[in-house]
Amino acid sequence: MLNTFVVYVENKPGVLTRVASLFRRRAFNIDSLTVGRTEKPELSRMTITVDADRDQARRIEANLYKLVNVLLVENITAEPAIVRDLAMIKVAATHEARSHVLELASVFRGRVVDVAPESLIIEITGDEDKIDGLLEVLRPYGVLEMVRTGIVAMRRGSKVSSVVAAGNSLAQASADDDVDDVQYSV
Amino acid sequence: MMKTGAEILWQCLEREGVTHVFGYPGGAILPAYDALKHTRIHHVLVRHEQGAAHMADGYARASGQVGVAVATSGPGATNLVTGIATAMLDSSPIVCITGQVGSKLIGSDAFQETDITGITLPITKHNYLVTRAGDLARTLREAFYVARSGRPGPVLVDITKDAQQSACEFDWDAAKPQLPGYRPDLSPAPREYEQALELIHNAKRPVILLGHGALISGAMREVRDLVERSGIPVALTLLGLGVLPASHPLNLGMMGMHGEAWVNHTIQEADLLIALGMRFDDRVTGNLKTYAPNAKKIHVEIDPAEINKNVKVDVALVGDLRDVLRGMLPKIESIDRHEWLDYIDRMKGDSAVRDIQNLPDSGHLYAAHVINDLWRETRGSNTTVVTDVGQHQMWEAQYYKHEEPRSLITSGGLGTMGFALPAAIGAKVARPDTEVWVVVGDGGFQMTMAELATIVQESLKINIAIINNGYLGMVRQWQEFFYESNYQATPLLNPDFGKLADAYGIRNETVTQRSQVVPAVQSARQHNGPVLINFQVEQEDTVYPMVAAGAALHEMIRRPSPIVETAADE
Repeated sequence: MLNTFVVYVENKPGVLTRVASLFRRRAFNIDSLTVGRTEKPELSRMTITVDADRDQARRIEANLYKLVNVLLVENITAEPAIVRDLAMIKVAATHEARSHVLELASVFRGRVVDVAPESLIIEITGDEDKIDGLLEVLRPYGVLEMVRTGIVAMRRGSKVSSVVAAGNSLAQASADDDVDDVQYSV
Repeated sequence: MMKTGAEILWQCLEREGVTHVFGYPGGAILPAYDALKHTRIHHVLVRHEQGAAHMADGYARASGQVGVAVATSGPGATNLVTGIATAMLDSSPIVCITGQVGSKLIGSDAFQETDITGITLPITKHNYLVTRAGDLARTLREAFYVARSGRPGPVLVDITKDAQQSACEFDWDAAKPQLPGYRPDLSPAPREYEQALELIHNAKRPVILLGHGALISGAMREVRDLVERSGIPVALTLLGLGVLPASHPLNLGMMGMHGEAWVNHTIQEADLLIALGMRFDDRVTGNLKTYAPNAKKIHVEIDPAEINKNVKVDVALVGDLRDVLRGMLPKIESIDRHEWLDYIDRMKGDSAVRDIQNLPDSGHLYAAHVINDLWRETRGSNTTVVTDVGQHQMWEAQYYKHEEPRSLITSGGLGTMGFALPAAIGAKVARPDTEVWVVVGDGGFQMTMAELATIVQESLKINIAIINNGYLGMVRQWQEFFYESNYQATPLLNPDFGKLADAYGIRNETVTQRSQVVPAVQSARQHNGPVLINFQVEQEDTVYPMVAAGAALHEMIRRPSPIVETAADE
């Protein structure tokens, strides 16, 4: 099954390589990996989706913690969360097809961000299924080019990761109290 | 006070308690070497950087302190790689300092530039590239802390030439480690202790599997208390040998691929495995599908990533072994286990009649004889044996009875040929009062024999026993068993080891008869300089028993019985 991890890492050179190298050498299959800034400049946040069973997922978590630059790993697969992927899709849109394409984009709440005589670029945000759905219906018109960011995820509700909770210094960073969580680094 | 990066380097090392480093100079590390004159640290000049890494490793394993290797950029750094990987697989704390080209040149394929932090990323516990003198003190403090804490391992610090040359304010106290994501001190939850105790107290056929972690944790006394209080027998990994004295009545000996039959049968028939500081390596488990099928498993381990990696366990206690055992010991109940122990004893009897030591002298010189005689001569004295990798390593593990922790130093996880000679140098430097014996094959010896010069240059009293069978023996054994005795590339044409030793001014002797073994060992021990003994042993001898790779642990190729007649028949 696909597991979704939210991983907080130190914002330092080479950290992405360390994470990617770990997945490669332990033969874990990354489905998607995104990395970006957080509200704290010293931290980066990764969202990693991996195809893994429960035991593998725990080992991935433990192995991520072995990286000295990794502060917090949360497996949010089983938790209510908002999961988003962003895609830009360049579709062939001749005069006749244009209105159909626009209609489809609007049904999927996509936005047209570029209009050219022979094509349109549609920007769409949503979970992966939604984007896959739009792609499916656009395909007959001719998808010329497509790019997706990979998913980012955030838990619903007021619960926040302790590393970013107000007043928490990095040194006090620790995982949830959930006993099933792997709360260690070696 | 203003100091150059090079000066800061040595001062930090001194502050970390470093007294010796093993290194080899070169262009990009020259500023650091220039500053050596200001430090009390003794620099041991090696003959190849791989030797430096193994020496640092041997130093660490002999002393429990962090060992340090120094090399220049490019080829100097890449030559360390095998030694770093060796230390990684055996959780040995070393810090490798490498020079790097100037920070402005990084990425330009400058002379002797190599991306050593990239290269060593998967074989270090952590590594650093330092481009500014101002970052050096904190980085080095972090490096030593990471190397020695938690599950120890190698840390590499790559320092650009300009970072060594430029000067900055040096304030050790202010340069505190900043490792917000690093938490090496873990401990199990109370309910995990309870679950473990319940399994232990309900078990009828329990066995303790004791590994290197017990040594690293310094849990020798706690392990012994547990064993004696609970009456549970113990099987050891290769790197666990010496943690519990071999003579202890509950010590069964080494398990795994070349473990004795009764040890492996004990594990296969157990109803509870208590794994202490070991990681269920394939060399100790055999086929995982058939491994200890009726046993519950308890795993006490400091590295959470080892839990359920190879063997699924019922209870995991993640933490420092000594602390965990201290938490457990007061609640351990003494249980009468004589039925189980008697059963194991009966299995032992069957193996003993096959043992080469119990057979009459046939005139052949077997490696097992050499090692057993070496043990008889050196037992009771403060002796450390450093072995290489292959047949002699397994015979050493079987026939040298280790009573003390750190009395065996060997490359377990990576199985690095060429390890023994340089690692022994590190061990001797770390513990000069210890008698050090290198037990090495004729193949592995030739991989790093350049370090003979280091032994002489440092005036080290090291005894070298070459177990010379004219083959890459273990590979030959595999070819014999699994490749229809097709001995491709395993027969060795060797130099005259005596003349070689002569060239270095090392006293030497060649032994071909069993009767010569003890006198040669005695005379080597009495000589106050290094000695090399070339033991010309039976060429096509075999390490028994053996669990073939992928076979079940109880499916062993046993010793022929009796072995001498079989050998004589050939």
